[in-house]
Amino acid sequence: MTAIRREALASYAFVERNFNLTKRYWGWEVAFLVYAVAGALSVSLIGQSVGSRRLLMSLVVGAVFWNYLSVVFQSIGDTITWERWEGTLEYTMMAPVRRSVQLLGSALYAVVYGLIHTAILLIVLVLFFSLDLGHANLGAAAVFMVVGSASLIGIGMLAAILPMMSVERGSQMVFVMQSCLLLISGVYAPLPSSIGPLRYISELSPATYVLRGVRSALIDGSGPDWAEVAILVVMACFFIPVGLWGFGRAERYAKRTGKLKRVG
Amino acid sequence: MSIAVLETTQSPASGRPIAKEFRAGPAALLVEHATKGFKVDRRKPPVMAVDDVSIRIERGEIYGLLGANGSGKSTFIRLVSGLLTLDAGRVEVFGHDLARDEMAVKRLINRVSVDAAFFKKLSPAENLSFAARLYGLDAGEARRKAAEIMARLGIGEKRMGRPVEQMSRGMQQKVAIARAILTSPTLLLLDEPTTGLDPRSKLDVQAFIEELRADHDATIVLTTHDLAEADRLCGRIGILAGGRLTAEETPERLKTRVAFEHGLPPTLESAFMQYTGRSLDDDIEEGEAGQVE
Repeated sequence: MTAIRREALASYAFVERNFNLTKRYWGWEVAFLVYAVAGALSVSLIGQSVGSRRLLMSLVVGAVFWNYLSVVFQSIGDTITWERWEGTLEYTMMAPVRRSVQLLGSALYAVVYGLIHTAILLIVLVLFFSLDLGHANLGAAAVFMVVGSASLIGIGMLAAILPMMSVERGSQMVFVMQSCLLLISGVYAPLPSSIGPLRYISELSPATYVLRGVRSALIDGSGPDWAEVAILVVMACFFIPVGLWGFGRAERYAKRTGKLKRVG
Repeated sequence: MSIAVLETTQSPASGRPIAKEFRAGPAALLVEHATKGFKVDRRKPPVMAVDDVSIRIERGEIYGLLGANGSGKSTFIRLVSGLLTLDAGRVEVFGHDLARDEMAVKRLINRVSVDAAFFKKLSPAENLSFAARLYGLDAGEARRKAAEIMARLGIGEKRMGRPVEQMSRGMQQKVAIARAILTSPTLLLLDEPTTGLDPRSKLDVQAFIEELRADHDATIVLTTHDLAEADRLCGRIGILAGGRLTAEETPERLKTRVAFEHGLPPTLESAFMQYTGRSLDDDIEEGEAGQVE
């Protein structure tokens, strides 16, 4: 068997396992989806009540695409946490699988799962508010989604390090990281210049560019701003290798200190 | 491949010949001066879990590792599995150095631990399929092999689709063994695989371990608190105390030695008490009190 086929099979193992887990926890999946739909609807209703189509669209895009970005981030960030909960971490780490292959499999599933989740959410919101996406530039939105996902995957890998290094605090810190991304990324509206430093920090979050690009594509029908796409590409080229490197370092630390053994 | 007969012994419990032939070539497992300590308090020196342990295990052997709770058995197994890094020393599996050629070693080994850790909502088939793919097995081949192993362990096809959480502890442990065997490891690390099993399940697992050595050419390292099990299965036994290897012999020689040198009854329990400095009852009580090794 060629090395590439072996690695592809190993990557697929994580996709298949996560799919099986989603299937077995279908009740929770429905519950999370209902919660996501209710949350997106209630936020978007603010735009409806003000009577501004632009605000409504801006909130819908924010709610829907933040859902996608957070699902992808959380799925990858929880790669280690899940295994700790189930007590399987040592078995997975013992297998002859490179970490890049493991994380690629987790990321692939996260993106597919996130897209399905988001598509359902978008359909519900479009129907509920009778939104007309006739003049939206779906291609440009897709470009931002795809390129932005790569950066988010890199940050997710960095987040996955935390539960490896700290059993008790790791997943809590992933949650805090996700909350900070929500705050700085201008999810529901672009951050105003009056808030000072936070606005500059927001430029470090790939979600800022994704949401800005998707909003512009869906609301104004604009094409992709290639300068912003380039920034996302640079971010992906930075965050993915750094995430993999950090994950490897964290694994060595966990093996030195005996933290792979811990369950919880 | 040439075959060198190094040892012939007979288990008094089963009457079966064990460890009767070893092939020439690299050791199945070579551990030299393995040392591992853990810092539990920054102001104190590290606690030595494994302290300068050297063991050589030949291909086809079943090697038993006995010791009290906290003696370093599980740490030793984790070091060999690559789940912990060594502070000093080296580990070699069939000539592959664990530190330099980790992937090659990982392809040769698998492990069953006392806690049958699975994705409990997934079925045995789904858990086994995941393991098979990680080790590069084809899905069809994995399904066929898994069904064979599970049938041998007394788990029917009907059970293969139900969540693992609906299975008894004994069943779960059998699935854990099936998961390890599925990948055809040449070195199998069994860390208390029969702890907590009912007598029938225990016998099933023990018979399967013997079969693995005989039919699948597997080398097995077995840690156990069950001295009868060690006596039945193991060609050689090493005893760990405080992270150090305090004795290493065939079961028969251990019994003889403890009788001649210390005037104790010629049993493995006497040897355990002598070389660990404590009774088996102390050990079991501590284990039941929830001490983690």
